[in-house]
Amino acid sequence: MSPDNGPLTVPHDESLEHTILVRHRLEEQYENLDQQHQAAALGMWVFLATEVMFFGALFLAVAIYRFLYTVEFEKASERLNWMIGGVNTLVLLLSSLMIVLAVHYARHGRRKRIVLFLGLTALLGVCFLAFKGLEYYIDYQENLIPGWRFDAGEWVTREGLRPDQVPHVKLFLFLYWVMTGLHGLHVTIGICVVLVIMAMAWRGKFSPEYYAPVDVTALYWHFVDVVWIFLLPTLYLLGTHHW
Amino acid sequence: MSTHAFDQPAGAAPGAEPPTNYLNASYSVTSWLLTTDHKRIALLYLLPITLMFFIGGVAISISRLSLMTPEGALVDADTYNKLFTIHGVIMVFFFLVPVIPSVLGNFFLPMMIGAKDLAFPRINLLSWYLYMLGAGWAAVAVLAGGVDTGWTFYTPYSSASSHYNVVMTMTGGVIAGFSSLLTGLNFIVTVHWLRAPGLNWFRLPIFVWTMYATSFIFLLAVPVLAMALILVIIERLWQIGIFDPALGGDPLLFQHLFWFYSHPAVYIMILPGMGVVSEVIPCFARKQLYGYKFVAYSSFGIACLGFFVWAHHMFVAGISLYAALIFSSLSFLVAVPSAIKVFNWTATLYKSSISFEAPMLFALGFVALFTFGGMAGLFLATLGVDMHVHDTYFVVAHFHFIMVGGMVLAYMAGLHYWWPKITGRMYSDWLSRLTAMIIFIGFFLTFLPQFVAGYNGMPRRYHMYAPEYQVWNVMSTAGASILGVGYVLPLFYMVGSLWSGKPAGRNPWHATGLEWQTASPPPTENFEQSPVVVRPPYQYHLEKAQNEP
Repeated sequence: MSPDNGPLTVPHDESLEHTILVRHRLEEQYENLDQQHQAAALGMWVFLATEVMFFGALFLAVAIYRFLYTVEFEKASERLNWMIGGVNTLVLLLSSLMIVLAVHYARHGRRKRIVLFLGLTALLGVCFLAFKGLEYYIDYQENLIPGWRFDAGEWVTREGLRPDQVPHVKLFLFLYWVMTGLHGLHVTIGICVVLVIMAMAWRGKFSPEYYAPVDVTALYWHFVDVVWIFLLPTLYLLGTHHW
Repeated sequence: MSTHAFDQPAGAAPGAEPPTNYLNASYSVTSWLLTTDHKRIALLYLLPITLMFFIGGVAISISRLSLMTPEGALVDADTYNKLFTIHGVIMVFFFLVPVIPSVLGNFFLPMMIGAKDLAFPRINLLSWYLYMLGAGWAAVAVLAGGVDTGWTFYTPYSSASSHYNVVMTMTGGVIAGFSSLLTGLNFIVTVHWLRAPGLNWFRLPIFVWTMYATSFIFLLAVPVLAMALILVIIERLWQIGIFDPALGGDPLLFQHLFWFYSHPAVYIMILPGMGVVSEVIPCFARKQLYGYKFVAYSSFGIACLGFFVWAHHMFVAGISLYAALIFSSLSFLVAVPSAIKVFNWTATLYKSSISFEAPMLFALGFVALFTFGGMAGLFLATLGVDMHVHDTYFVVAHFHFIMVGGMVLAYMAGLHYWWPKITGRMYSDWLSRLTAMIIFIGFFLTFLPQFVAGYNGMPRRYHMYAPEYQVWNVMSTAGASILGVGYVLPLFYMVGSLWSGKPAGRNPWHATGLEWQTASPPPTENFEQSPVVVRPPYQYHLEKAQNEP
């Protein structure tokens, strides 16, 4: 069995044979490409389980404090821009469709189609980030950044909260920033990975026999999408929003 | 007779090439720092982890010496707080949690299942770099003035009042946590996909089962701890009240999130030790492990139950009585799988032919001390008793019996058991046996008096105490000195064995298990040809006649 040379291969040097500099398509610990594919997929599923726990702690915090400070959380949520949030949901759902199509064409070895749909996935990811950036800018203008741009008095005079309730508003907004920020970080990482996979696809690194990187990246992308599906109602849809 | 593939004089195998193994395959620095060989990565872990153990040990030795007199003989209150915090943080996050998975697990898990490497060798190397980054970060925090919160980082003290290095120390802990998490991910996928032909789940050595269970705890618990610590960091930096009641937060939420990780982490620390002992005891008792399936399942019992007992650290923190009742009952349940293991090890020893080499002495010490400390845990799970002994030296003694008496002894057992395989050399027989005895005696003398002092009401984490506790503290400090000697001795005879030790051969202990069927030290690919497994593990009763003429 002579393993194909992968994209990271350097000139063969025996002293470096078992280092990260030398990389073959079929890695030496596996019997065949199918086993390698299955192991990679399981690895990604296990990783996603840890991500669920990671975000889970934040969702727990939101649940507890929403229960404790219902009024403040609803008032604060009403100030978020649910329309951009909603549009972004559609953008992410569409991007998931694109990456599914990329996997589909990878399975059939259609190189150009893989590149096209991975490109569309990344493009929609960038769209999401652009909308998110716009939203953050609006938040900035509306003084919704606790610790930096936040006007406690406004919440007492305009929203009718007691002064001792204002820290709870800050708490909500803080959780909003941490959760959407972490999610945005995941999207950014996802875009980078998709672009790398796209470059590999362009160079013809995948075939119907071996397309595990496309498959595994798609799993990650879907996860990031699903997190957003949960973030939208948790953060944006509390209380009564007005047009 | 076993064949010696390594370290045989040239005359023994005329005309044979000099044997290549994972150590002499290449010597350059890059071939180590960029290696993807799980055996080399295990050795890369061994050095900093050993260093961490001694740093943590020195920190606590100073505070232990200071406790010789009721007024505090050596250090002031602030330094004392920093010393026990350094001890706790380093020992928990940088020694106990990673030591057996990262060193022994990394080296032997692939070998025990007949694999050439872990499933993701590059991720394995990445976890080592993360460990080094986290450890370095924490070390910088210590050098920059230390941290005084205790390893538990309880809010609001850690988020509002304490010294500023809290953020750095926590960041180090989070990074090291992700290192363990990636190791766990690697182990799970490896066990699922890289087992040798014929090696079904009930032919796996117990060590592999416990590594698998430990990995699950890593995966589910570490992210929660990471998020809890990240929230504290953000709270400190931007003064937003997530946990600080003055800012509208709830400190109990921190305790819930923290112990949701840190209680299962106790099982992260003890399960691998149980795995090692389950390998060592059958080997030196020359008998099949009694009740294999029960021992295997009980690892999972412990891992699962371990996730539902965290609030027993919070009985006096203001949780509701009903929650406390439930967590108390669940905590008692953990005793069941633990006891299953202890009974099965004891039953393995019954009517067997025991020999007392160093690994066996350490393993027997583990069983004794783990049982002793585990029983003390039942006292603490009882609500009424816990009100009395909470935050006293009784608790300190209890978890040191498990963590030091249990885990460190198990690690020593494993290191002594597999040292000949790792290095190809035997260490001094009598010195190692002597060390095992010194550590056992020193340990008992250190921590038994703490049970008494704690039961009589001596609180933990104070640098001064009432004079009536002095006798117990002097005994404890004396014991700690003996224990210190016991920990230093292996440095000499194990390192010395690299030069003067006699060649170990493939299988010096006549053990079953795939890792013993290859050369010592093993070749980079682990096996000359991929092994095929036809039998369950621990078939010592079959090989008795053959191995012990």
